[in-house]
Amino acid sequence: MKEKFNIIASTCVPLPLENVDTDQIIPARFLKATTKEGFGDNLFRDWRYDKEGNPILSFVLNDPTYSGRILVAGKNFGSGSSREHAAWAVAGYGFRVVVSSFFADIFKNNALNNFVLPVVVSESFLAELFATIKADPKAVVEVDLPNQVIKNKTTGKSETFQISAYKKSCLMNGYDDIDYLLSNKDKIEAWEKK
Amino acid sequence: MKTLFDKIWDAHVVSTVEDGPTQLYIDRHYCHEVTSPQAFMGMRNRNLRFLRPEKTFCIPDHNIPTINQEQPIEDIVSRNQVDTLTKNATEFGITHFGMGNEKNGIIHVVGPENGLTLPGMTIVCGDSHTSTHGALGAIAFGIGTSEVEMVMASQCILQSRPMTMRINVDGKLGKSVTAKDIALYVISKVTTGGATGYFVEYAGEAIRNLSMEGRLTLCNLSIEMGARGGMIAPDEKTLEYIKGTDYAPKGEEWNKAIIYWKTLRSESDAVFDKEITFHAEDIEPMITYGTNPGMGLGISSNIPTLESVPEAGRLSFSKSLEYMGFEAGESMIGKPIDYVFLGSCTNGRIEDFRAFASLVKGKKKAENIVVWLVPGSWAVAKQCQKEGLVDILKEAGFEFRQPGCSACLAMNDDKVPAGKYAVSTSNRNFEGRQGPGARTLLASPFVAAAAAITGKITDPRVLMA
Repeated sequence: MKEKFNIIASTCVPLPLENVDTDQIIPARFLKATTKEGFGDNLFRDWRYDKEGNPILSFVLNDPTYSGRILVAGKNFGSGSSREHAAWAVAGYGFRVVVSSFFADIFKNNALNNFVLPVVVSESFLAELFATIKADPKAVVEVDLPNQVIKNKTTGKSETFQISAYKKSCLMNGYDDIDYLLSNKDKIEAWEKK
Repeated sequence: MKTLFDKIWDAHVVSTVEDGPTQLYIDRHYCHEVTSPQAFMGMRNRNLRFLRPEKTFCIPDHNIPTINQEQPIEDIVSRNQVDTLTKNATEFGITHFGMGNEKNGIIHVVGPENGLTLPGMTIVCGDSHTSTHGALGAIAFGIGTSEVEMVMASQCILQSRPMTMRINVDGKLGKSVTAKDIALYVISKVTTGGATGYFVEYAGEAIRNLSMEGRLTLCNLSIEMGARGGMIAPDEKTLEYIKGTDYAPKGEEWNKAIIYWKTLRSESDAVFDKEITFHAEDIEPMITYGTNPGMGLGISSNIPTLESVPEAGRLSFSKSLEYMGFEAGESMIGKPIDYVFLGSCTNGRIEDFRAFASLVKGKKKAENIVVWLVPGSWAVAKQCQKEGLVDILKEAGFEFRQPGCSACLAMNDDKVPAGKYAVSTSNRNFEGRQGPGARTLLASPFVAAAAAITGKITDPRVLMA
């Protein structure tokens, strides 16, 4: 999943609910796998399918009106369990960006470690974005990682977003924290001798 | 002017990445079967061995059945995940307390009770309730599987330094009000994301007066308000709890350790990024009515009205009540209950079983209610036997099960059916947490016991009068 990240322009999938927890993103009964593949099929499983496994047509992922590589969600997305399976499900479904006004800590780290970019925007930017998508499901949003800018192409409104220079360079170059830590072994051994 | 958090964090900084995270050394790593297989696979793919295998302990808990543990797990997918942990631990030379081992149980119960969790440590696990271990004065937090792999490979993790928050709870708790009620009360005030970005230290008279079990319960729930973790400065109770446990330092090592541990407290002039004070007298037995742990209220109060909820949150609030089958503004008392679950890393310790047993003693389980009493570890189970609690529970019509995570997240067979109501001493009331369609009401062991006896939501103070 180490797909290098640069600029993404895409239509969006709106999920205007707050406190979407990782049990909704991927329910516990799907955590029994021992690989990282296939979680996208069960993303938002219990909102997406009924008990018999039939798609719930009112849920946004089953609504052909909406598609794209950007998920736009309400405040406090990804709260609850530390399961990285949630990030694997979001990435596995095909999202590269999640936009919200607020993310839970562990989910944010997990997303970044899977080359999914969590973009924190202001409440007002988020509210306007939901309105834009509602009015025009084909509205495009551009996420420019090098410049750390997100732009609502319909209204022309843009905001800068935060990301550490380190993580930004990881995403843009396709390397991860383990690569970094392994290059740093002498410091670990020096610390242990202290 | 350092806080307790600063002291431990600073002592573990290996390096700081320029305009990036801190490389933090990890003293203890716990590993369970659900969040580790992909990390072991990553190690294998990169052809790596553990840098410090002796610092990791593997304990399967999420998939473990709570009956017939002497037999192989029936669900083959669960069995495969548990077996995978056994194989991985063997291949990489990691200590493993497998199913049936006398040290098996829920990781967050087993670690502290064996002296694997000690004051001043940095502790991680691929499990958000790792915050539990902070009760002994450690920095403990949950991580994702990529981070699990980092720890395996380098005994380090890259983390940005959280802000600090102190939550004081002054005064004395009322009758039948427990650490669980403090936690649900605090989360209801701070909200489910209100402590995101912070590491919390709990302080004040009501916290000092908590037993170690109570402190573990409180720190366990820190993540439910978004906090990275929660911690409590070690004191005599902490030392008493650790002393003599299997992995605790002994003899001269012990004397040396306690000199250091006694320095682990926030200085009187320490500055926190945020500080909040609550009063124990304001807290009554709590229960949740919605689908996140912040949706809690005193058992005698009413569900909020829609108008009292901020506009941006109304859609989620209404969706939540619809899922629960409740109306805004109504009372919780008297609502019928179908299931009761006592257990989990939140409330599966000896004190929780004492509380439950004290309330049901001499009474009978309500008919038409299913009750799962699941100890957090074999050590807790044995202690329940020894203290005669199992007899009291059986006498009242209850079945005592074998340890594991059980109905907290229903990865084993202990699932609450769709539409049914469960009063649960666990940590999350998310939609479907205890089974697809299950409706969870979080509460203390006393409130759970009152529901188990009466078959409905009942104020435990009435039964204990």
